Amino acid sequence: MTLRLPAIMRTTAARLSALYFILFALCAIVLVFYMTSLSASMLTAQTMETINEEVQGLDRAYRRGGLPFLVRVIEQRSRQPGANLYLIADANGRILTGNVESLEPGVLESEGWTDRPFMYQRYGEGSSERRQPNVSDIEAPATSIETRHAAIALISRLPNQMIVLVGRDLGEPERLQGVVKRALTFALGIMAFGGLLIWYFVGRRALKRIDSVSDAGKRIMGGDLTGRLPVTGAGDEFDRLSENLNTMLTRIAGLNEGLRQVSDNIAHDLKTPLTRLRNRAEAALAGDPGEAGYREALEATIAESDRLIKTFNAILMISRLEAGYSAEASVRIDLAAVVHDVVELYEPAAEEVGVTIEAPDAGGSFFIDGNRELIAQALSNIVDNAIKYSSSSSQAPAVKVSIIEKDGETSVRVADNGPGIPDQSDRERATERFVRLEQSRSQPGSGLGLSLAKAIMKFHGGRLELLPGEPGLTVMMTFPKRRSE
Amino acid sequence: MKILIIEDDREAADYLEKAFGEAGHTAHVARDGETGFALAESGEYDVMVVDRMLPRRDGLSVIAGLRSRGNTTPVLILSALGEVDDRVTGLRAGGDDYLTKPYAFSELLARVEVLNRRATSKEAETIYRTGDLELDRLSHTVKRCGKEITLQPREFRLLEYLMRHAGQVVTRTMLLENVWDYHFDPQTNVIDVHVSRLRGKIEKGFDSPILHTIRGAGYMLKAA
Repeated sequence: MTLRLPAIMRTTAARLSALYFILFALCAIVLVFYMTSLSASMLTAQTMETINEEVQGLDRAYRRGGLPFLVRVIEQRSRQPGANLYLIADANGRILTGNVESLEPGVLESEGWTDRPFMYQRYGEGSSERRQPNVSDIEAPATSIETRHAAIALISRLPNQMIVLVGRDLGEPERLQGVVKRALTFALGIMAFGGLLIWYFVGRRALKRIDSVSDAGKRIMGGDLTGRLPVTGAGDEFDRLSENLNTMLTRIAGLNEGLRQVSDNIAHDLKTPLTRLRNRAEAALAGDPGEAGYREALEATIAESDRLIKTFNAILMISRLEAGYSAEASVRIDLAAVVHDVVELYEPAAEEVGVTIEAPDAGGSFFIDGNRELIAQALSNIVDNAIKYSSSSSQAPAVKVSIIEKDGETSVRVADNGPGIPDQSDRERATERFVRLEQSRSQPGSGLGLSLAKAIMKFHGGRLELLPGEPGLTVMMTFPKRRSE
Repeated sequence: MKILIIEDDREAADYLEKAFGEAGHTAHVARDGETGFALAESGEYDVMVVDRMLPRRDGLSVIAGLRSRGNTTPVLILSALGEVDDRVTGLRAGGDDYLTKPYAFSELLARVEVLNRRATSKEAETIYRTGDLELDRLSHTVKRCGKEITLQPREFRLLEYLMRHAGQVVTRTMLLENVWDYHFDPQTNVIDVHVSRLRGKIEKGFDSPILHTIRGAGYMLKAA
């Protein structure tokens, strides 16, 4: 047990218990001492008042009947049970009468109140061998302590230089101290017991759960991301903590999974063109295609690398947008102008593949806060997709771009009449990085267009929604309400 | 053309020096900002290519320092940062063009050639002439062999840009930036369709091709 003590002291429970115990004990001690000293001084004040009255009475007796009457009164009073201390001594301090047999030397030399309690012995109480008048030692052997008492007294001198002492035993404050001491011991005992209880409940039970949480954490850090922290179902703080940490772990696992998927996709989507690039160069080297052939191979190589650079730029841009760069580039822009520009830019290309692209005049300007280039990029990706997929439409392929204002939010709506994405989960997946739905595998593209558009919308505090069209797909780019002017 | 390359990446700098040399230009390399600044101060370069992140002195500070001393040598900033507001800060610091790594050398070369200060004297001219093609910037008319050609406003601006840089390669992104005033990356080659439409209008019915496609790079307007 003694060997394990330091380890126990390292637990929060033991430290808390010890700390609480010490703190409460200190408070109790201070309080008790304050109370006792207050009561003791009150008792003393009371005692002194009694003595004062007594002295006044004796004074009256002396004036009425002189010394003999005074002596008589004193003797009479001395015999009463629980009497005060009375003493008459001659000018040299020799005791003449009273109920005091002996007292500390030097007490009678001063006049007025004794400045501190002194020890005395009453008549008939002391053991025979200790009858000498001067008890010099306060720290007397234990046997005589019972018969010696502490007292305070008022000492006055009669006109004939005789000394009169009236005092009172301090037994009451002493008893009080005894009571206090017992109470204090009891209280400290209770507190020590309470400390142990606290240690038991906090340490043995609550902190054990923290240990179990930290054990589970260790397992998870060890690589087991599927591990979760224990939840007891008590619904207390520990359960809430565990639940929150579990949610966090789920999120981390999700991000981790996403990252893994992205790197798989990157590996796949970049490896394919890189391999193609290499094969082409190799084939050109292996044969003897002549200058024109070499030129063609090199040009194809350059075109392929350009596509790779584009893909890289898109990946970089998405991660930068997701990291959320400074909104410094965000200014007031006219969405209608951007829509007009992008539609105008794409119109010839759409016509080339037989797609009509129309953008009914929005009728004025729609101002939003944003980055013109980024929004144009997002819109061009969406329009590009719409053209690409509606061109396979059975009916007259058409893409319609319009601006809608609703509930203070401004949206750009791009609707095509192509095959659309009938499945809800597919529509959700379509904006993920490198995700190319089965139907689109045959179409050229990096699989990053919509994820870049989504990242751009998120960056602007807006959202990108893919909705089922009738027929085809409708993409909504919704911007948040403008900040106040 | 004399080109100053301020780039700390040895491999990239050596590659640029060699590639510019093969393209018929003289290129000098400075490997840090201070050296680059000292070389640029001589004012003997036609174009500078400056990396943004440089040892000893940041690229933007080099440009700002040169500009404050009255040096107007065109600067193309190379940056690995490539965020949209980076581009804005770069151009604001006194850069004339901005290119993000990774880039294609053909793109860089085309941009540097267009930036060449000896060639960019056409700003003041009101009539551009390339061979038998004539463009009047004031009356917005285009004629070839004296025959007027009707162009859409965008086609006119496209041709105007091509003619200002006649004999030089202009890339698709340069066209998008200068004719449409956008710096994004269209997924499909939308610019090509615009160019081919323009080509149809200025070449159809005429003997010789004048708007050439430079494979792997872009376009060039050049009289036969």
